[in-house]
Amino acid sequence: MPGVRQIYPFARPPELDSDDRVHLPVIIVGAGPIGLAMGLELDHQGIRSIILDDDNKASTGSKAMLWSKRSLEVLDRLDCSQRLLDKGVTWNLGKIFFGDSKEPVYGFKVLEEEDQQFPGFINLQQYYVEQFLKDEIDARELTEVRWENEVTAVDQTADGATVTVSTPQGNYQLDCDYVIAADGSHSPIRKMLGFDFEGETFQDHFLIADIKMKADFPTERWFWFDPPFNRGQSALLHKQPDDVWRLDFQLGWDIDRAEELKPDNVSRRVRAMMGEDFEFEFEWVSIYTFQCRQMDRFVHQRVIFIGDAAHLVSPFGARGANSGLQDVDNLGWKLALILDGKAPPSLLESYDYERVTAAKENILSSTRATDFITPKSEISRVFRDAVLALARDFEFARRFVNSGRLSVACILDESSLNTRDQDSFDSKLVPGSPSVDAPVTINGEESWFLKSIGNEFTAVYFARNGEKAPDGATDLEEDAIPVRTIVVTEDNKAGAGILIDHKGLLRQRLDGQPGTYYLFRPDQHLVARWREFDCQAVRDAVARATMQPRRIVQEGEPV
Amino acid sequence: MSEKLRTDPQIEDPDDFYARLIDLHQGLSCDESNSLNCKLILLMANHIGDREVLFEVLDVVRNYRPQK
Repeated sequence: MPGVRQIYPFARPPELDSDDRVHLPVIIVGAGPIGLAMGLELDHQGIRSIILDDDNKASTGSKAMLWSKRSLEVLDRLDCSQRLLDKGVTWNLGKIFFGDSKEPVYGFKVLEEEDQQFPGFINLQQYYVEQFLKDEIDARELTEVRWENEVTAVDQTADGATVTVSTPQGNYQLDCDYVIAADGSHSPIRKMLGFDFEGETFQDHFLIADIKMKADFPTERWFWFDPPFNRGQSALLHKQPDDVWRLDFQLGWDIDRAEELKPDNVSRRVRAMMGEDFEFEFEWVSIYTFQCRQMDRFVHQRVIFIGDAAHLVSPFGARGANSGLQDVDNLGWKLALILDGKAPPSLLESYDYERVTAAKENILSSTRATDFITPKSEISRVFRDAVLALARDFEFARRFVNSGRLSVACILDESSLNTRDQDSFDSKLVPGSPSVDAPVTINGEESWFLKSIGNEFTAVYFARNGEKAPDGATDLEEDAIPVRTIVVTEDNKAGAGILIDHKGLLRQRLDGQPGTYYLFRPDQHLVARWREFDCQAVRDAVARATMQPRRIVQEGEPV
Repeated sequence: MSEKLRTDPQIEDPDDFYARLIDLHQGLSCDESNSLNCKLILLMANHIGDREVLFEVLDVVRNYRPQK
């Protein structure tokens, strides 16, 4: 009873009929959402890759189904957000229920700031995201996906790796500079190379029932603590496209798996939750347990781990696929600079540091949610219930309620790639933050700020009235690692190519007083900012952000 | 030892407060008292707010041994 499931046919790889050894910049293992997005990211950076997958189809069942604002922004940079938005279900409101009451304890909004292009979250089955990414890859030139191509060995050399691939029609080998392992939580590559995956397994089971029904429930996330239909446990209701709803029941540890999965028993649970009088059919049913684990390091010489292969979290907070996409966002531009010979291979250390830090944050967050949802001791349960009881009337108590802290972009404020602020800024952004969005107008068209930055180092300059880019900014466009400067003004009559901040929100959100210059990395994270433009300071910041050997910076050469 | 946490007497008419505190639990089962205490802690903690003070409170009770 699986849902839509795209089958991708096996195609005979040319290597089976040729003795020529092919050398690629990058081989990606795993064509799940993260592997596919990685291919697309590298494609945008001008890097060729082949994605190898041992299967021949998109994912079974809805699996990852919450796509965060930051994920949508990353995919928008890869020209792949529109179909997700069109197909996905947008929701901004969550409701918390506790015990027998049919009234929610409270409701909360997901998106804090209005006037941004993307909502806090959309819900969309994983197989749709995979299909959209694959279609986008097919529409471009540099990325090839090979189905039923199973990687059976990875051999690292001093300056690359050799991958052995097994197919239904024979085996072959490929050489590459880097292997990216996006082969999921059970990562065969991780096992082949013998790397640890430390963490904990939680002693709990959850039943997912995706059902198809016509219902006039609002498009909201509903979470129940200790409801009458699932005593002592939790439950979750979420809408997906195609009239599919995800019902998630906590079952506890001592269960009979086979018994719980019997359609009659699942139906009984569904009816207890949703009511007796309605028609539905099953789309996908699954029982899962979860783990929080991560590798010590994500970069092992020429093999780089991303997504679930590198880090695994509980589903509370939607921090799985969404953090995987942030891995992609972080890795793409760095790898491209290294492969182009513009940055040293040690730049990958920053991927390791930044994303290991992010994984720790995500694991901490999801572990805390798990401890709130499933208290580990009697007193912990009493506190939890006291919080929920107080939350009905007291705002402060709502802040303790934790049914999963929904995924937000990680702030890389400790990263050595950042240049520390010398000036003061009244903005939520700090060096290392992903940029905020704001509505803008360019060439007479309404647009969004985030559409103007990214894929390369991009700076915004808040111009004084009638002013163009500062002297020297155009020189930066000619550097080996170019910096593109965008001029921002609130003057509606500004000329072509100038970004008009017609609502003044960009100025407000970045504290963009006239003369202010913000420098963003290719992944749209803020890396440095100044109150006055200084060409050399920008070059130093780019050198720092790309880990150039110190001598270049000291000699003041363009990097 | 104390940094920000005030441990010098602060409560006006302590006997009165103490009596009201005990009264609060009158007729409650152990579980109900437990639940009430949790609410009490959460409300008071929120009123304090300052995380340095709160962490100090946790440290004080974690390490507290009556002096001989």
